[in-house]
Amino acid sequence: MKRNNSAGNRIFMALVFVFLYAPILLLIVFSFNAGTSSSVWKGFSLDWYGKLFHNRIIMQSVYTTLLVSFLATIIATFAGTFAAIGFYAMRRRVREPLMTVNNIPMMNADIVTGVSLCLFFVAFFTFWGDFARWFNGVQSFIDLPVRLTMGFGTLLLAHITFNIPYIILSVGPKLRQMDKNLIDAAQDLGCTWMQAFWKVIIPEIKPGIVSGALTAFTMSIDDFVISYFTAGSSASTLAMTIYGMTKKRVSPQINAISTLLFITVLVLLAIVNIREARQERLRASRL
Amino acid sequence: MSKELIRLRNLCMAFDDDPVLNNINLYINDKEFLTLLGPSGCGKTTTLRIIGGFTTPTSGDVLFDGVRINDVPPYRRKINTVFQKYALFPHLNVFENIAFGLRMQRRSDSADPAGKKQVRIPESEIQERVMEMLEIISLKGFEHRKPDALSGGQQQRVAIARALVNRPKVLLLDEPLGALDLKLRKDMQIELKRIQQQVGITFIYVTHDQEEALTMSDTIVVMDKGSIQQIGTPEDIYNEPKNAFVADFIGESNIIDGLMVRDNLVQMYGKQFPCLDGGFADNEPVDVVIRPEDIDIVSVEQGQLAGTVTNVTFKGMQYDIIVDFRGFKWLIQTTDHCPVGARIGIKIDPDGIHVMKKSSYSGMFGDYSSFSEEYDELDDASIGSDEEERGDET
Repeated sequence: MKRNNSAGNRIFMALVFVFLYAPILLLIVFSFNAGTSSSVWKGFSLDWYGKLFHNRIIMQSVYTTLLVSFLATIIATFAGTFAAIGFYAMRRRVREPLMTVNNIPMMNADIVTGVSLCLFFVAFFTFWGDFARWFNGVQSFIDLPVRLTMGFGTLLLAHITFNIPYIILSVGPKLRQMDKNLIDAAQDLGCTWMQAFWKVIIPEIKPGIVSGALTAFTMSIDDFVISYFTAGSSASTLAMTIYGMTKKRVSPQINAISTLLFITVLVLLAIVNIREARQERLRASRL
Repeated sequence: MSKELIRLRNLCMAFDDDPVLNNINLYINDKEFLTLLGPSGCGKTTTLRIIGGFTTPTSGDVLFDGVRINDVPPYRRKINTVFQKYALFPHLNVFENIAFGLRMQRRSDSADPAGKKQVRIPESEIQERVMEMLEIISLKGFEHRKPDALSGGQQQRVAIARALVNRPKVLLLDEPLGALDLKLRKDMQIELKRIQQQVGITFIYVTHDQEEALTMSDTIVVMDKGSIQQIGTPEDIYNEPKNAFVADFIGESNIIDGLMVRDNLVQMYGKQFPCLDGGFADNEPVDVVIRPEDIDIVSVEQGQLAGTVTNVTFKGMQYDIIVDFRGFKWLIQTTDHCPVGARIGIKIDPDGIHVMKKSSYSGMFGDYSSFSEEYDELDDASIGSDEEERGDET
């Protein structure tokens, strides 16, 4: 029965891949096109890539993207790892509902997360303004800023927020796979709880931490929707800049920068997957 | 083996109002091999974890060398533990696993006259002591292997070395042989006893395997439902069980309702049997234990009792036969072959009869009516690990 279907299966598979990857392939091909057309091939050139690196707006947004991704990943990795350990120490009856709550932001539509964060920041700024005016009125030693606006700070907070669940999801299973007695064993051999944490727990869950951090970094790099609603007007990530450029005349620079973004994310995802496959093999060989 | 080292006084433990230990009183001597023996959930692992310092008792005291250590954390106790499933550190090789405790240690500097300065153990000494341990556990040449490249028995020995290298006064072992196959388990029993005698320290051993306990221990503590049922030498426990639970848990026993007519005379099935027990009230109802190997098969006319063979199992060295005596089924081990359905008589020597006071366990054990099922249960018990008394996964 399997054999009968195999030709049909292959065609179907091919169609799926064409629909998935033909547009991206087209984008990559035209990023090397000489001339400004995005439908007629005029010969190979690296012009658009060259121009890209002289475009100050794009370079600025690349810098913003990398910085926000990097900082958000580091902070989320710390927070998420400790949160995962907290979950691990909880009783199952408490842990499971909380894990569901943790998973909701990942399933949630980005636009809902983005808009709700945006509303939250605005509400907070209003409250802060009232508070700062009152505070500046009753004393004159510290002058609190009255007007806060969205920018790099809110962008970073938003990225940390949506990254933490990925870290927890990646570290949690590593903790549960760990032999519970390892912590007892470390304490038995002279470690305080903190020493046991650094010398035994961290090395055991390190693969999970690294995988989680890589996933979080990937998510940050290619996020558009949430950034769009939380970056305000002063900060712009690469994805936002590309979107902004498409509103005006479509420049083939978009093809070039999109290609670079695609390849970066692809490489990161490949690293995550290879790591996971390798760990799975290692675990299988241990059993 | 005279000096008292550890004492548990009125120890109680409950997880979420669920009592796990009831008033445990126990002392453990220096250089003693003591075994906590009991079925899953009897509280033996909890007792061990309290001695190790991983669990704080709800009430009662733990004394070490006469000092109360209830609140001393595990890393400051002169006690080390061999955990169930070994708990070796997977990211460290054999050498570093064994050296772990030594690298954590700080001791006063011999060069500092005030003795205040704390220094690490020098690398040369660590090297020496780890190699010495590898020698004891016969794993020289394995120091660079990771734990997952070792067999179960080898991991087991590394776990023992990792604990012993710290020169503890007491070694706690939590079902250390549970994950090994039968042959290896037998070898390791002898190996463990040898190591204990070689290093000359106290071993406190937790197991549900009665044979393991009988083979290795100086003292056995039989536990059930959070209480100590009996403390004694292996011979005491086997020959003079205190109640039906102990008699049934240690070895095979036929436990029959009886009546103590007077000292040295017990009545079963309306017949009187001479025995060697005394100290009961006249005509007191008692439980009578008769071990399957203490029963002689004779002709019906010569027998004190007569019954019908209902089941025969060949065991290699002997036959296990089930004999029906007026509805109560006995297990008898014999080298004679008796076919199913045969009428046989039995004779029991006075020293083959052991009389116990009635207890809450009376009537629960000792009948072999469900012979085959009971054997299945025993097999299950040896496979299932002791997932008791953690409390957090309820």
